[in-house]
Amino acid sequence: MTMEEKTLFTVAVFAENHVGLMNQLSIILTRRCINMESISASRCSIPDVSKVTFTCYSDRLTMDKIVKQIEKRIDVLRAFLYTDDDIVYQEVALYKVPTARLLDEQHLEEIIRSHGARILEITRDNTIIEKTGHSDETEALFEELKRYDIRQFVRSGRVAITKSPIEHVDRFLVEQEQRRLRVNEI
Amino acid sequence: MEKKISGAEALIKSLIAEGVDRVFGYPGGAIIPVYDKLYDYTDSLTHVLVRHEQGAIHAAQGYARVSGRPGVVIVTSGPAATNVMTGLSDAMMDSTPLVVITGQVYASLLGSDAFQETDVVGITQPITKWAIQVRRAEDIPAVVARAFHIASTGRPGPVVIDIAKNAQTDMLDEQAYRKCSYIRSYMPMPEIPDADLRRAADIINAAERPMIISGHGVMISGAERALQELAEKADIPVATTLLGLSTIPTAHRLNKGMVGMHGNVGPNWNTNRADVIVAVGMRFDDRVTGDVERYATGARIVHIDIDASEFNKNIPAAATVHGDARHALEGLIPMITSKTHDEWLASFDRCDRVEYDMVERAALGVGAPAQGAMCMGEVARKVSEVAGPDAVLVTDVGQNQLLSARYFNYCKPRSIITSGGLGTMGFGLPAAIGAKMAAPERPVCIFCGDGGFQMTIQELGTIMQYGTAVKIIVLNNDYLGNVRQWQAMFYDNRFSQTPMVNPDFVAIVRAYGIKAENVERREDLEPAIRRMMEHPGAYMLNVRVDERDMVFPMTPGGEAVDYILLDEDTVFSDEE
Repeated sequence: MTMEEKTLFTVAVFAENHVGLMNQLSIILTRRCINMESISASRCSIPDVSKVTFTCYSDRLTMDKIVKQIEKRIDVLRAFLYTDDDIVYQEVALYKVPTARLLDEQHLEEIIRSHGARILEITRDNTIIEKTGHSDETEALFEELKRYDIRQFVRSGRVAITKSPIEHVDRFLVEQEQRRLRVNEI
Repeated sequence: MEKKISGAEALIKSLIAEGVDRVFGYPGGAIIPVYDKLYDYTDSLTHVLVRHEQGAIHAAQGYARVSGRPGVVIVTSGPAATNVMTGLSDAMMDSTPLVVITGQVYASLLGSDAFQETDVVGITQPITKWAIQVRRAEDIPAVVARAFHIASTGRPGPVVIDIAKNAQTDMLDEQAYRKCSYIRSYMPMPEIPDADLRRAADIINAAERPMIISGHGVMISGAERALQELAEKADIPVATTLLGLSTIPTAHRLNKGMVGMHGNVGPNWNTNRADVIVAVGMRFDDRVTGDVERYATGARIVHIDIDASEFNKNIPAAATVHGDARHALEGLIPMITSKTHDEWLASFDRCDRVEYDMVERAALGVGAPAQGAMCMGEVARKVSEVAGPDAVLVTDVGQNQLLSARYFNYCKPRSIITSGGLGTMGFGLPAAIGAKMAAPERPVCIFCGDGGFQMTIQELGTIMQYGTAVKIIVLNNDYLGNVRQWQAMFYDNRFSQTPMVNPDFVAIVRAYGIKAENVERREDLEPAIRRMMEHPGAYMLNVRVDERDMVFPMTPGGEAVDYILLDEDTVFSDEE
């Protein structure tokens, strides 16, 4: 299958914050020879619950199966599959550029403004620029800054929030709490 | 003041509180504190010392498959843990409940490449339902409770508990043991919405040529009676997968045989002529479907399973019922209308007649000379007849497995133990030990080939030590039989690395104090089997079979499920 036939999917996994979660998620992809394009993980607002968001290229059929396999893991609460239309997402990029090169350039302010970027730090040697946005946006800034000799470039994984009005995880946890009470009555 | 006990003692007491009375294991450095405590509990917990850790886990699998209760394994760290990994993978594929306890180095040494240290949790996560490392003694009881809950509920599977040595020796306050019945992120027993049952019932009731495929899930959930009641009510033929064998008695008039690569003609042929297939507790494994593009394309499939990830994984379903097989079937029965399907059922019988004439007669040695070497199928049928209706068939893997599964007679549930999904050679002998220990009153017959027998032959030592009365039948053709068959059929008789030079098996078995005899000729077979079954202890028959004996019918890999070879040159067709 060529890249054109594959779509970029985002998977959001809510799981108990236990050791070993990342391994369990990645082996499900490795087994099918699918590469994780990006990944971000952190504690979410629900106590003791981690959220892992990763992206990969595949097709809907395969991804449906993968999400079901992820939900099978004992520590996983819920897993959701999205395409770019379902979510609002961002990634953060940092660019390290030699300050001397930037000072020579007249259009610096214009570049920073037009890309909605900001300067995080300036030292005698290097300037750190930050941009938050979609991949194509951070890439576009990269292309612009290339001529200033980018010394280092780093991009974070994607963070995503759903557009849907229903908060599935909250609802899920309420249902589980009801189940716990029922089970303890027996 | 609460009594203080060691982690090792807490482990043993937790196992006993979970109803465990037997464990299979092998000691070693990293687990020695547990073994030391075990010494004080020999009255409450029987430990079976095997001869290789792989034997321990396969024995625990045999035990679990016959009893329905989790099999428990205790082994040490490092190589012992890696030795049980085949069994973990096997149990994961075949949904067998196991709790496997591995010793681990001191927590302070983790990650230092210490002696006999392995990353057990890391390596076993893909092949277990759950894998956890315990580094503190006080965590042991809760982890054990969780492990048993996970292993034995929902779709059962293996769980690994990796206990660091310091957690075994450190002390904790003894508390009353609390079983685990709830995990927030794990819902093993889904409630089945009535609407889903309704939808399934509507499809079944509208069917003119329905077929039920009964799988392992029926056995696991104890749904045999419900299955038969449903089938009888609507006169629906039932086929089983390999692991579903014995969920309906062989003699039941609606039992039409086994599906799959080496299944019976009727069910495989009629899979592509059915208009509704009710799949219960089975997962449409590639051995069952053949080419998925040409599998049951004319049928609407009602898929009943406790594991939702199986729905639409290999085969699309028209209706799914997510839940326990017994609950689902019992819920369906009142919604199903009573019917008959005389013509449809007769079509299976036509297939059976052709199969008998073209395959079974020869496979059962009907009309063959008394002096001749035996056929594998006839040995299996004969053993089944003599062993009686309570017998448990345990198989190894290969031609021995397929032919004994085909020709054994099943009367009771849980009468077959075989490695289906993983196909582990060497599974049979240790699994038979565990099976016999779980059901000492049932005759346990294990069929293996000369290849598989040698893979775990060291477990003869376990049989000797415990006097386990298993009946071992080695179908000996001096070949790796199933591979030989593929080489004969598809690789131009190029028998690459399949002929084997074998030792005197009878001498080896006798060296373990176990009775054994050679059977070379057909006329000697039945008397030898009778001697074997009547003998109170373990017995082995080394039966000479012809290497050219092959397993048929066969749907070659990648072919349509109804492309059935009756022999190397004949494809089944129902034009009579």
